[in-house]
Amino acid sequence: MSIKKAIKESRAYLCLECGKCTGSCPVSRFNHGYSPRLLVNKAIRSGQLELLKDKNIWACLTCKLCDERCPADIDYVNMTLAIRLEAQKIGEEAICSHGGAAQSLMRIMTTPDLQQKRMAWIDNDLKTTQSGETLYFVGCLPYFDVLFSDIEVNTLKAAKASVKILNHLGITPVVLPQERCCGHDLLWGGDLENFKKLAEHNINEIKRSGAKKVIFSCPEGYRTFKIDYPKYFECNFEVQHITELLAEALGNEQLKLKEMDKVVTFQDPCRLGRHLGIYEEPRKVISAVPELKLAEMVRNRKSAICCGVSAWMNCSTYSKSIQLARLKEAKQTAADMLVLSCPKCEIHFNCAMKDEKVGKDVKIETIQLVTLIADALIGG
Amino acid sequence: MNSQKAKFEPKIVAFCCNWCSYPAADGAGVSRLQYPTNIRIIRVMCGGRVTPSLVLKAFELGADGVLVATCHFEDCHYMFGARKAADVHKITEQLTEMIGIEKDRLMLDWISSAEATKFAKVAQEFTATIKKLGPSPIKKQMTGDKYQITEDIK
Repeated sequence: MSIKKAIKESRAYLCLECGKCTGSCPVSRFNHGYSPRLLVNKAIRSGQLELLKDKNIWACLTCKLCDERCPADIDYVNMTLAIRLEAQKIGEEAICSHGGAAQSLMRIMTTPDLQQKRMAWIDNDLKTTQSGETLYFVGCLPYFDVLFSDIEVNTLKAAKASVKILNHLGITPVVLPQERCCGHDLLWGGDLENFKKLAEHNINEIKRSGAKKVIFSCPEGYRTFKIDYPKYFECNFEVQHITELLAEALGNEQLKLKEMDKVVTFQDPCRLGRHLGIYEEPRKVISAVPELKLAEMVRNRKSAICCGVSAWMNCSTYSKSIQLARLKEAKQTAADMLVLSCPKCEIHFNCAMKDEKVGKDVKIETIQLVTLIADALIGG
Repeated sequence: MNSQKAKFEPKIVAFCCNWCSYPAADGAGVSRLQYPTNIRIIRVMCGGRVTPSLVLKAFELGADGVLVATCHFEDCHYMFGARKAADVHKITEQLTEMIGIEKDRLMLDWISSAEATKFAKVAQEFTATIKKLGPSPIKKQMTGDKYQITEDIK
């Protein structure tokens, strides 16, 4: 897609230059050199090369907050994606966090006959199978836990909890031993070629397993399967996020939950919230736990602030500032726990809390929504 | 098949620390000790700098083996650098094994600047191991000396 087409499709030419995007952008709040408004302006007015060489095109978190606020309804996030795909072609790339380790892992995963050993997390009490109707897509969680072992995160807890919940609902999910990364981060980093390879592999693996429905606990994987895969490939299966499944099950009274006398607050992940419009399901699930109180942060639902980094790139002091500001908001609710539903939110917030100077002030226990529910299950 | 295997010349990336292993490699050269040319040395200031990302990048771009060589714990130039290298290596090892790269393709060793003979020996042995293992299972992202050019750019 050329830049011209991207401008047309995202309706960027309708920009009123009101600056609401820059005013609401979590990055612009701290990084005064970055402005979505100026980037839209640049895309429309300047030469293509000047735009593609601009380092600011990589600074966007693609959290979609500006899209939400834009009075002209410009699709800024998709325009950014199209610009990045173009920029990658002329050799421009983002500054990858963690030395590009995550990106290297993903690119290595494009190897067709790779023999990964990623199933070690499945305990004996969890029931999984090789082929069946429902599939649970784990995502990169096994890798995250090793890569971020220094900040002591345990994102695999969410995977275990998800399988436990599925088992409780009488579903034995398929877990693919050779599942690949969904390619979300490569796509948002502009690497379309390798993204397509990963997508093709995943779709073939799912087809081979015979699954009709794929369940996700990671919002990024869910978004990629729901929105980005159908753009390039034919997908003959249904996708669903585990919170949607949980909300359904609660509606049918299939789940019995025990009391939990706590106050929690909920962080809307940008992929699940603004990208896919799932706001109420997680809240419904939380409020279904008896005695559990939900205290909303000042900025919630459509106004929720992102966890500061997306697609493993451009982690900087600005990201830290965003994270600390968000954690302060969580603290202000006086909640005991911060409920998350994205593994990356967990990694980023826990990393910010490890800060030697200010980390203590914002320390709050984090828990994944699925883990919370799995712990509250009666007769699990 | 056998003749093909005999022809296989692996590409091995060796990250050598500036203070011990690199001078050891230098010493091996000065003393005219023979070691295979499959080893491509990258000099780093400290073995502790060799994060998983560097090793993974090497594999991604087509290395058949990666050797990380640092100082001995006692004579590390930065006091704790070699220990850090060992700690980081544990993470790297777990990652490479999980993603399907054989364990033997990655190696950490401690070679002091006086151990030119050890460097030559390690290089020979490691190359022999990699030759036995055959080419890396990873599809190379880099062929020849250039990045692969995608269809779109052409």
